[in-house]
Amino acid sequence: MGISGFLATKGYASNPRRLMEDLIHLVFLILGLVAVGSVLVITIYLIISGLPAIVEIGPIEFLFGTRWASTAKEPEFGILPFILTSIYGTGGAILIGVPIGFFCAVYLARIAPKKLREVMELCIGVLAGIPSVVYGLVGMTILVPGIRMLFNVPDGASLMAAIIVLTVMILPSVINVSLSALDAVPREYEEASLALGATDIETYFRVTVPAAKSGIFTAIVLGIGRAIGEAMAIMMVAGNVANMPSLFTSVRFLTTAIASEMSYSSGLQREALFSIALVLFLFIMIINAILNMLKKGNQKI
Amino acid sequence: MIQGISGSRKAYGATMRGLCYLSLAIVAFLTFFMLIYVLYRGVGYITPELLLTKPSTLRNTIGILPNILNTLYVVVATLIIVLPIGVGAAIYLTEYARNQKLVELIEFAAETLSGIPSIIYGLVGMLVFCQLMSLQTSLLAGSLTLVIMNLPTIMRTTQESLKTVPQSYREGAFALGAGKWRVIRTVVLPTCINGIITGCILSIGRILSESAALLFTAGFAHNLNGFIKGMGSAGATLTVALYVYASERGEFNVAFAIASILMVLTVIINLLTMYMGHLMRRRIGE
Repeated sequence: MGISGFLATKGYASNPRRLMEDLIHLVFLILGLVAVGSVLVITIYLIISGLPAIVEIGPIEFLFGTRWASTAKEPEFGILPFILTSIYGTGGAILIGVPIGFFCAVYLARIAPKKLREVMELCIGVLAGIPSVVYGLVGMTILVPGIRMLFNVPDGASLMAAIIVLTVMILPSVINVSLSALDAVPREYEEASLALGATDIETYFRVTVPAAKSGIFTAIVLGIGRAIGEAMAIMMVAGNVANMPSLFTSVRFLTTAIASEMSYSSGLQREALFSIALVLFLFIMIINAILNMLKKGNQKI
Repeated sequence: MIQGISGSRKAYGATMRGLCYLSLAIVAFLTFFMLIYVLYRGVGYITPELLLTKPSTLRNTIGILPNILNTLYVVVATLIIVLPIGVGAAIYLTEYARNQKLVELIEFAAETLSGIPSIIYGLVGMLVFCQLMSLQTSLLAGSLTLVIMNLPTIMRTTQESLKTVPQSYREGAFALGAGKWRVIRTVVLPTCINGIITGCILSIGRILSESAALLFTAGFAHNLNGFIKGMGSAGATLTVALYVYASERGEFNVAFAIASILMVLTVIINLLTMYMGHLMRRRIGE
């Protein structure tokens, strides 16, 4: 069947406009599939380039080894320090950032006058838009010397500094997502509570907040995702030595481990960096899965 | 009325209210502190020489003109590529797609993309664009990486504004005998142009502030190039230059000067986004 035969069977020959429409439909379909293709390519490439080193080093030794000495004569590739640092750093930022973000969101959603809310929304937008290297720069020049003097430690570039920077960086997403969840709570809920004699503050915290519960959870999970994926800002303030994490020592995160050695790495060391990226990617995928479950839960309500 | 409330309830109310004020004060303080501190340390070092020259080892001076141009090139190239893809994908999702499963798959993919950290984009961009497609470390490779990063943003903002185009507009055009493509081109797209512009502004903001994804894909060089030659060669954007000057060379004055420029741009971009939001809300309100 030639081209003309094909055109005839679909009725295109007699109707060129239909051919045109179907072609355009196809073009849009392809554009729509670009996102799907990108996710596939990223996943496949990370697995292909990340698995060999894990197999060569041994998964147990890689994930639970406590020493990372990639350039030593007898190199060791244990990434437990990075995993723990990422978890502690993220946990710390969530612990400080979520309460601040939560109270701020409740205030803006229900108590703040309209003008103040607009100004604060602009502030939060600016905070979200500040490049991470600028946070890193301010952290380097204020936090690091500040921590050294305040806590009397030899070097202020530490997990502590990274936690503070991460806290500031996750605040905007925690506030914004909580805010839209709180905005979506119907006023009738609150009116009922007020009519029963609860004060306004009691109503906001005992009726509105529980009603927006899953949205606030979403905000927290999103904050975790932001914190665990951040690289440049904490690279500038965390000192970058592959220690087991503790508050005032210089540490490396999963992200900064990749960034700090990538430019001069080779051989197994380079492959191991891709394995770290694969581990980081797994963390992100778990977080994405939780976000999706929360979203489905929201739709049911 | 107030006398009916017990002491512990009053205390609860006061504590919660206090915590709200405290949190708000912290957020406001952080924003203004960042702005004022960075501008205070940086504005004094923004000189014509810094803005209009390239770094010279002979004269031992630092200029950021190449970085300003590189940033501009990357923004333009990324938008030129991502706009048709993102807007097209959004049009497919809202105007063409009949298969709900496929829509869910595409939306899931877009959400996954928006959650992936930029350092991973940097790595995969290096593998795919720099090595596999042998573009080397170049602004083009960097832009292509940023295209994938910004795709979800453009898709989402376009989709949201496509949804606000009244169905009756489309029906009216169909009733006049227009084909689907003609309806999209002449009726649907012009109505949602504000949403597309908002997406562009948000993307420009993300591109300006991106550094991790560009470090391994666009590299670090300070040569003055035209657009075409620049796209093919390595180059540092403003953020990457800031990082290198601050953490590898200890040139904090230059770093703060660049940071001040970035801060001003961030504020401008947020004001623009806010203005676009007002425009769109007014239209929906009609």
